[in-house]
Amino acid sequence: MADNLTEWLFAALQTLLFIGGAPLLSGWIKRLKCHLQNRAAPSLLQPYRDLAKLFGKDVVLAQDASWIFRAAPYVVFGAIMLAASVVPLVAIPLPTAAIADVIVLVGFFALARFFQALAGMDIGTAFGGMGASREMTVASLAEPAMLMAVFTLTMTASTTNISVAIRHILDAGLVLRPSFLFALLSLAMVAVAETGRIPIDNPATHLELTMLHEATVLEYGARHLALIDWAGMIKLMIYAVLISNIFLPWGIARHLTFPAIALGIVAIIAKLALLAVLLALWETVLAKMRLFRVPQFLGFAFLLSLLGILTHVILETAV
Amino acid sequence: MIPLYLVLWLPLAGVLLLALIPNHRLAGHINVAIAAATFAFSVWLAWDVLRTGPELSPDRLFYIDAFNVYLVALTAFVGLTTAIFSRPYMQHEVERGRVGPQRMRLYHAMYQGFLFAMLLALTTNNMGVLWVAMEAATLTTVLLVSLYRTPESVEAAWKYFILCGVGIAQALFGTVLLYFAAERRLGSDRGDTLLWSVLHNHAAQLDPAVLSIAFVFLLVGYGTKVGLVPLHNWLPDAHSEGPTPMSAVLSGLLLNVALYALVRVKMLVDGSLHTALAGHLMMGFGLLSFLVAVLFLHRQHDVKRMFSYSSIEHMGLMTFAFGIGGALATFAALLHMTVHSLTKSSIFVTVGHAAQLAGTQRIEHIRGLIHTQPAVGWGLLAGTLAIAGFPPFGVFMSEFLVLNATMKSWPWLTLPLLLGLAIAFAGLFRYVQPMVYGSPPPGQVRVRANMLPVAVHLALVLWLGLSIPLFLSHWFEQATRLISGSLPL
Amino acid sequence: MHLTDLSLYSQGILVSAALVLFTSFVMLAQARIQPLIYAFAWQGALLSVTTALVALVSGHSHLYISALLTFGLKALLIPWMLYRLARRLNIQYDVETVSHPSLTLLAGAVLVVFCYYVALPVALLSALVTRNTIAVSMATVLLGMLLMITRRTAVAQVIGFMSIENGLFFAAVASTYGMPMIVELGVAFDVLVAAVLFGVFFFQIRSSIDSLDVDRLNRLSEKGE
Repeated sequence: MADNLTEWLFAALQTLLFIGGAPLLSGWIKRLKCHLQNRAAPSLLQPYRDLAKLFGKDVVLAQDASWIFRAAPYVVFGAIMLAASVVPLVAIPLPTAAIADVIVLVGFFALARFFQALAGMDIGTAFGGMGASREMTVASLAEPAMLMAVFTLTMTASTTNISVAIRHILDAGLVLRPSFLFALLSLAMVAVAETGRIPIDNPATHLELTMLHEATVLEYGARHLALIDWAGMIKLMIYAVLISNIFLPWGIARHLTFPAIALGIVAIIAKLALLAVLLALWETVLAKMRLFRVPQFLGFAFLLSLLGILTHVILETAV
Repeated sequence: MIPLYLVLWLPLAGVLLLALIPNHRLAGHINVAIAAATFAFSVWLAWDVLRTGPELSPDRLFYIDAFNVYLVALTAFVGLTTAIFSRPYMQHEVERGRVGPQRMRLYHAMYQGFLFAMLLALTTNNMGVLWVAMEAATLTTVLLVSLYRTPESVEAAWKYFILCGVGIAQALFGTVLLYFAAERRLGSDRGDTLLWSVLHNHAAQLDPAVLSIAFVFLLVGYGTKVGLVPLHNWLPDAHSEGPTPMSAVLSGLLLNVALYALVRVKMLVDGSLHTALAGHLMMGFGLLSFLVAVLFLHRQHDVKRMFSYSSIEHMGLMTFAFGIGGALATFAALLHMTVHSLTKSSIFVTVGHAAQLAGTQRIEHIRGLIHTQPAVGWGLLAGTLAIAGFPPFGVFMSEFLVLNATMKSWPWLTLPLLLGLAIAFAGLFRYVQPMVYGSPPPGQVRVRANMLPVAVHLALVLWLGLSIPLFLSHWFEQATRLISGSLPL
Repeated sequence: MHLTDLSLYSQGILVSAALVLFTSFVMLAQARIQPLIYAFAWQGALLSVTTALVALVSGHSHLYISALLTFGLKALLIPWMLYRLARRLNIQYDVETVSHPSLTLLAGAVLVVFCYYVALPVALLSALVTRNTIAVSMATVLLGMLLMITRRTAVAQVIGFMSIENGLFFAAVASTYGMPMIVELGVAFDVLVAAVLFGVFFFQIRSSIDSLDVDRLNRLSEKGE
């Protein structure tokens, strides 16, 4: 019982760490991009300051805003926070992972996106509706790809529980799995699309004709905007953690002992920092693609995850 | 073994020699001389095999038995007569300005290259080398199909290249599977498990599941080259657009050799499967090709194209007969291979002259051959009668035997066969009659034509129809026993 | 034999085999001529890596020669020839309009599944490390055919053709650790000659229809003009 309690306590702490660490990751990426693009870089803590400033402002609501518009930021943030709570960050033992598996995780994302799209349409402005429709288009293409990539993983580990799956991969040691290669690429492409990064969307622009995600939150301000922005940062972090802990699980704590957890924290920081470098490079090298090519991009991601499953069945299963 | 090596190396030497000779008149003569020597050696080889039985070369690379040796002799013979025809014919084409001397060099070298590839495919003992030789046959002829560089001929050559290349790729996959099946049972370190002689001796041990998959791939692959429907699209184009000697050897030889490869494979598969799967597949594809080609004979505007559909028809019939299996059907198919090859090459030779005479290959512009140049007119008429299966020509004999065999094992299939033969006859004569008898357009003049090959071929076909010489029937019987395991009649 | 029981080199074979398959899909999706040639070259290079790994694992030293041959021919020489031809014909930046690109890719995935079922009885019989890759090699062949069917330019069709050859070579390596040397040399020679002939044809086609769009080669049919 005491063990169980520690685990729950740890799960709560880990979720807090997740939420608290997310702006730091965003700040780090922003800084790296500025360096790569020869611009003066903001401080690492700039996202925290932005959030604090937004929380301090008064809420201004549009005339036609209904309760959906007001509730949406809380739902979005809540769903993403719950999603964060089931992803192992520094240690494998996670009681929440046993309750909500990876499919529920995708469900949380879907819930958040659904409310964000609803909120975008609620005000009735042209941009909100356009952004909502584009966001849903991207989502309808990205979600199958993500699920397929996840299935590749679950087929290998024979479970949909993320904690158990990571432990399985860790136990197997260094194994070159072709299916994981495809799943990794696919998941990375989906992550790029879902978190609104280049080349699908540009997180730094409000250019009317090209924006996806930003168009749905144009009408928000103050603490509502802060919550949505924050949720976006957490979402980015969730994807980054998923990718690094599933495909490179080494360093994650197997048990809740102090040295293991300390190592786990160091490991995840190193992995995320490295991943951020890759993302920054990717965003610097690529240009945003036309909206009409997004289906092609995600179609390719879907194909990759399909190949992941196929190669798992064909190549990795003993006949 | 000496005649075998000579039969193979002579054409290969011919490729190098003819590639070096810039004078196309001289090259034409050399081409004939090499083909004649090759034929002489092939007769020697055939005589050898007839006397002493199957031969395996010491390095086991080549294997000669009754089945392939008669095809070697046939190939060398048609190669020779076509070379005799091609010399003045191509001379005339050069004078008309359709081909330059540079391309004539390519033509002569590749003619010998093609013969080499054919003979190699026939004599090799290695299933892999068989594939390589079949592919080489495509490669040597593809530039000849586009020899005239007209848009049509380039299109035909491209189709030929792509379709045959893709088709035959399937055969390589089948060969790999064959090798796989053999290695599984016979051990992987022997290094001789792709040799036909080894495979055939151990056919019963090979895994039936793998071999049936392999056969499907090999059927598709070599079937493309045989011109089986629905993989036949390249054939009418390549035959109609290339120079006429090419049409003659493609139709008379290449198709035969592809069918030979298919039958060899069938022998292996039958030995392993103990079911009639391979036979049934071949019967199905053969019958389909036969019927489709027969119907297409009726909507032709190009004379060479029409006769290439007739080739598909006859190849279909042969494939069908080999598919039935059994001694009688196999004997009939072997005979049909011979008579078709002789008749069809003589027809293409005649048609080539007719086209030069009329200045076009369009059927509606070729008229009154018998008035302008009786030899060509009579040649075309006799050839068409022979190919349509009129008695007393040899084609009648072989078709009669095929029908006989069908009646015995698949009685209700004789109906579509008879119907098809009747429709083919109607289709051919519908177009040939006005070409031969119609009134010639004004100003049509004779061309220099060498009808000797035609006469020799048709005389042979007639002879085969009246009586099969003893040594030949003995030969066919040996081959039949090899393929079907029993004696005919 | 489970994946985790294999040595790292054997796992490497599987990974590079999967990457060969991946390059086939990249070629299907790639509409530009120049990247298409690069993807083809990568396929050749990965194929030779696979072959070298198979040679390492199985101890069949003649496969090293095959690997070198493949690298020289399929990864360097033929792509280089195609690249030079594309430059000389000034088509290297051409973009082909592929109709139904996603449908083509899905059809490719269906083909892979089909190959799996066809190759299953073969793989069941085999005891080689590479037996699972037989289906992949077959898929490479069929994807090459799909590429030829869906494309209209001569260059893309040639690349499809060559990729079929890649798949066949791969099949030989995967199912029997390569064909006898004489056959392999013969096939390589055929491929080389075919590549040269294709080059000749590009010019012939160009001079006859003023384009390399082979869909416009449609004069020959049963219809009279």
